Amino acid sequence: MSGDPIYTEMIIEYSRNPSNFGKIENPQIHRHDSNPLCGDSIDLYVNVDGTKITDVKFDGKGCAICMACTSVLTEMIQNKTLDEVKNFQKDELLAELGLEHLIKTSPVRIKCALLSLKALKYGIYSYFTEKMNDVKAAGNLKEEAASLY
Amino acid sequence: MQSTTQSLDTQCRSDFPVLERRVRDDKALVYLDNAATTQKPIQVIDAITDYYKNHNSNIHRAVHALAEESTEAFEVTRSKVAKFLNIEKSEEIIFVKGTTEAINLVAYAWGRDNVQKGDIVVTTEYEHHSNIVPWQLLTQETGAELRYVDIDENGELMLEQLDEHLATGKVKLVAVSHVSNVLGTITDIKKVIKKCKDAGAKILVDGAQAVPHMKVDIGNLGCDFYAFSAHKMLGPTGVGVLWARKELLENMKPYQGGGDMIREVHKQETTWNDLPYKFEAGTPNVADVICFAAAIDYLTKIGMDNVRNHEIELTKYALEKMSKVKGLIIYGPKDAQRQGGVISFNFKDVHPHDVATIIDKNGVAIRSGHHCAQVLMEKLEVAATNRASFYIYTTKQEVDVLIDSLEQVAKVFKL
Repeated sequence: MSGDPIYTEMIIEYSRNPSNFGKIENPQIHRHDSNPLCGDSIDLYVNVDGTKITDVKFDGKGCAICMACTSVLTEMIQNKTLDEVKNFQKDELLAELGLEHLIKTSPVRIKCALLSLKALKYGIYSYFTEKMNDVKAAGNLKEEAASLY
Repeated sequence: MQSTTQSLDTQCRSDFPVLERRVRDDKALVYLDNAATTQKPIQVIDAITDYYKNHNSNIHRAVHALAEESTEAFEVTRSKVAKFLNIEKSEEIIFVKGTTEAINLVAYAWGRDNVQKGDIVVTTEYEHHSNIVPWQLLTQETGAELRYVDIDENGELMLEQLDEHLATGKVKLVAVSHVSNVLGTITDIKKVIKKCKDAGAKILVDGAQAVPHMKVDIGNLGCDFYAFSAHKMLGPTGVGVLWARKELLENMKPYQGGGDMIREVHKQETTWNDLPYKFEAGTPNVADVICFAAAIDYLTKIGMDNVRNHEIELTKYALEKMSKVKGLIIYGPKDAQRQGGVISFNFKDVHPHDVATIIDKNGVAIRSGHHCAQVLMEKLEVAATNRASFYIYTTKQEVDVLIDSLEQVAKVFKL
């Protein structure tokens, strides 16, 4: 199985030792999401200072793809502003792990890869609309999250 | 089908066109997801084509030739189901769209009139969602209580818990699988039925994983309701059977109102048609019910004892080989005599979807997920499992491909 297009060393490593794995008590953004068909289930926690992300963690259970992608996502958004993160695209995340091909080759597994990004987009949407009362800032995040895969 | 002394898979394999398929970089398909649905032999495929080409018509009403032929063929399937399962009265056989609808029919048409606040409905930890959720809906609506029989470390029911529930004198219904769809555990169904009868509780058996794989004698089983699906036994999707004792069906209100289930309809009232039509409102799945007969004929010709023996042999072979794969955990009885042709397993710390994706590259189709049995997943403390399930056409060589693929998983994940 050398040269496996999905199960690279990096993905196996992340699945064994996920980054930012844990929980933030009383976070400003918290979103739970799951893939009912395959059983990936994660909670994403984000703290912000004004509009800058100061801390990100996640916990839950998932496959290697889900664990690796969520790990990478939490690494990528650390210390970014919400405005930057808002426009974060799925291709950027997938490219980081060399998983762009999943969009075409595996409509099932792409859900594992993008679950955390979906949770993040929904989470930021709720933060803007519910905590900041700023519907304008929330933009199309909800629709984007819903149509991610 | 050739009839020789060859193994069952060799005799019947050529009847299944889809097994010739090559998938994923030209790998031979190794179909091990038979607990989800089985493949269809050419006899069943031809039957459905023949129906639409030559006989298509609605049933039970018109007097023209095609309608007569279709009605006759539809009722022939009912007689064949009766014979196959040793059911004396074919009017006790209700065609529905699957096991799920059969159970829901009982939950609505029997449950709403017979289960009240303070009563208890019992199900088990190894049920499919279709034998849990209808009872949750019923008990939540009526204020009755839903209790469970737990499983032990071998994946077998702890029947002393059933005794405790029954001893309350409040149990109206026990709903249990004949064979677990995840663990493969074969319920000691005669014992369970006797306990229920002694306590005056009704019993519903979910036979979706039993009827396709072993001889089931409903006539002598003694239960009150029995449900199963055609598509898990070589037949088409969209057909299931509810069998219930006549006196129960006669006292139950209809499940759905509409055409065919009535005798007379007036502005304010309606009288019901005879059994089984009282429970078959609307145009049924005529074509698929008719071609289900071809599946029953096929299995009858093979003989259900031969089906069971073939699966015992494969399961024994697979269990032995799987037990040697590094990091592999097998759930359930781990005893081919005590389980159907179903093996659920996980690798230590590898998610089942990663396992399924890796072995799918070798053409091996297994199921990974919660198998519509999240209560059981909670019990096993896992999010999901992998499940390989066999049928009449499964070969030992295919089990070998599965084992080789599992070895690859162990290697990729450095177990």
